[in-house]
Amino acid sequence: MDPKNLEIRVEKKKSFNVYKIREDFPILQRKVWDKPLIYFDNAATTQKPKQVIKTIESFYKNLNSNIHRGVHYLSQASTTEYECARKIVKVFINAKYEEEIIFTRGATEAINLVAHSYGSVNLRPGDEVLITFMEHHSNIVPWQIICERTGAKLKVVPIDDNGEIIIDEFEKLLSDRTKIVSVVHVSNSLGTVNPIEYIISRSHEVGAVVLIDGAQSIQHIPIDVQKLDCDFFAFSGHKIYAPTGIGVLYGKRSLLEAMPPYQGGGDMILSVSFEKTIYNELPHKFEAGTPNIEGAIGLGSAIRYVQNIGLDVIYKYEKQLLDYATEQISQIPDVEIIGKARNKASLISFVVNNVHPHDIGTLLDRDGIAIRTGHHCTEPVMRRFGVPATSRASFAFYNTFEEIDVLVKSLKKIIEKFK
Amino acid sequence: MDEIDALYEEVILDHNKNPRNFGVLEEATHKAVGHNPLCGDHIEIYLNVQNGVVKDVKFKGVGCAISKASASIMTTVLKGKTLAEIQSLFDEFHRTLTSKVDEPVNTEKLGKLAVFAGVRNFPVRVKCATLAWHTLIDALGNKKSD
Repeated sequence: MDPKNLEIRVEKKKSFNVYKIREDFPILQRKVWDKPLIYFDNAATTQKPKQVIKTIESFYKNLNSNIHRGVHYLSQASTTEYECARKIVKVFINAKYEEEIIFTRGATEAINLVAHSYGSVNLRPGDEVLITFMEHHSNIVPWQIICERTGAKLKVVPIDDNGEIIIDEFEKLLSDRTKIVSVVHVSNSLGTVNPIEYIISRSHEVGAVVLIDGAQSIQHIPIDVQKLDCDFFAFSGHKIYAPTGIGVLYGKRSLLEAMPPYQGGGDMILSVSFEKTIYNELPHKFEAGTPNIEGAIGLGSAIRYVQNIGLDVIYKYEKQLLDYATEQISQIPDVEIIGKARNKASLISFVVNNVHPHDIGTLLDRDGIAIRTGHHCTEPVMRRFGVPATSRASFAFYNTFEEIDVLVKSLKKIIEKFK
Repeated sequence: MDEIDALYEEVILDHNKNPRNFGVLEEATHKAVGHNPLCGDHIEIYLNVQNGVVKDVKFKGVGCAISKASASIMTTVLKGKTLAEIQSLFDEFHRTLTSKVDEPVNTEKLGKLAVFAGVRNFPVRVKCATLAWHTLIDALGNKKSD
């Protein structure tokens, strides 16, 4: 692609210069095996801008202290920062109340929290939990565990050859026995963006609550939980340029209030005696123990960074990266893209005739290109498409069209080597 | 030769493309299935062992070039060997793959297997090269059950 076209005017007012953006990410300046790093493993984790790194460094240099109940200056200051991060998340996903934002270790813990807390008191033998064929293991296994414990049944909506949910099958499986519907917003192995608005409204018609696994959507698509009307929304900080070990569960206040605690410990109680313990109010009821304070503050900083660029701007740029990469990769003979949904987020899973993904991964790595190979924690998807593994290139707004050209060139070289 | 070329030696690429002794051994006395859940590699080893000596061997499966070539080359060196000889060969193979990059390679003992010495530079790929061997050792401990 002509570098002159790279300064893309995504909107009339906001111009987006990827080279300026890249200066914010120190790791993008390094080399790997003596080649400039090309980081296409963003669906696994994203890189961190210096603004986030600085926020965390500054926290430890200036504010470090345990939060809540401390009367000293630092404790109050760190509490303020921690709670400020909650406000930032609240605004970012447009939750109605701050206490609807529960900090967790990540999307996985958020889903487990709902499965165990909501599931344990609301599922009875004969009830059904509905998921889809394209779920990450973290949106399968927690439901298997709670179904086994409660006698509920796990039902799975099939997907078609393009990697889209078969809506007719979803309708058939949905019934008044369905109590929970838990669906991934964007598939991490196929890139499919699911029609969650429709799934949520249809599920509500039969009285089911809906959890949206937003681990792969929060960094690409503007989220408005009130407009979506989802009951729960889970995401991880590290997929949106924040540190690992911090995530969010959004839940409607009325539901969270009625749910029993997930873990017991400090901070989640109002008073403790051996006869009776009174649980704390939301959101603290679900935040037992000292939380990941630097993580929460880092997440707040990352969200601010994203907001400054604009998620709408990011979405449009990433869509162009996806379209360009799809066009380029699908032109290579012997390559097949797995996941051809009409609406996709910026990742491409592919297989190459006679070259195993692990060999591709190792060889691309020596050209400085980081991609992911394997089953991507979605073994049912791999079986559905009859492949043991795929190679996955996933893009973020700091990636460039030239980097895609390097990937394509390197892939062609690898295919030639195995001929 | 640079590290990546040493990993993907011509011999390895050739065995990946045209694996030897590929298929099911009908008259197998021993059999085992090996799995690498991390990468989805799957291998089946069939052996015909008479009086403690390997008479014939075949394998089937899917995997990366390293695991497929390792299985293929392995099947070409087993025939006529006793179980003790095989164990000793595997021990040397495993030791080599997990040794430091600058340690000498016992090419005399390893023979054809020495081609895998380059895997030492890629610790995450050691499991690919040893999957067939682990499955083989497993098979030798198992009589064919079906």
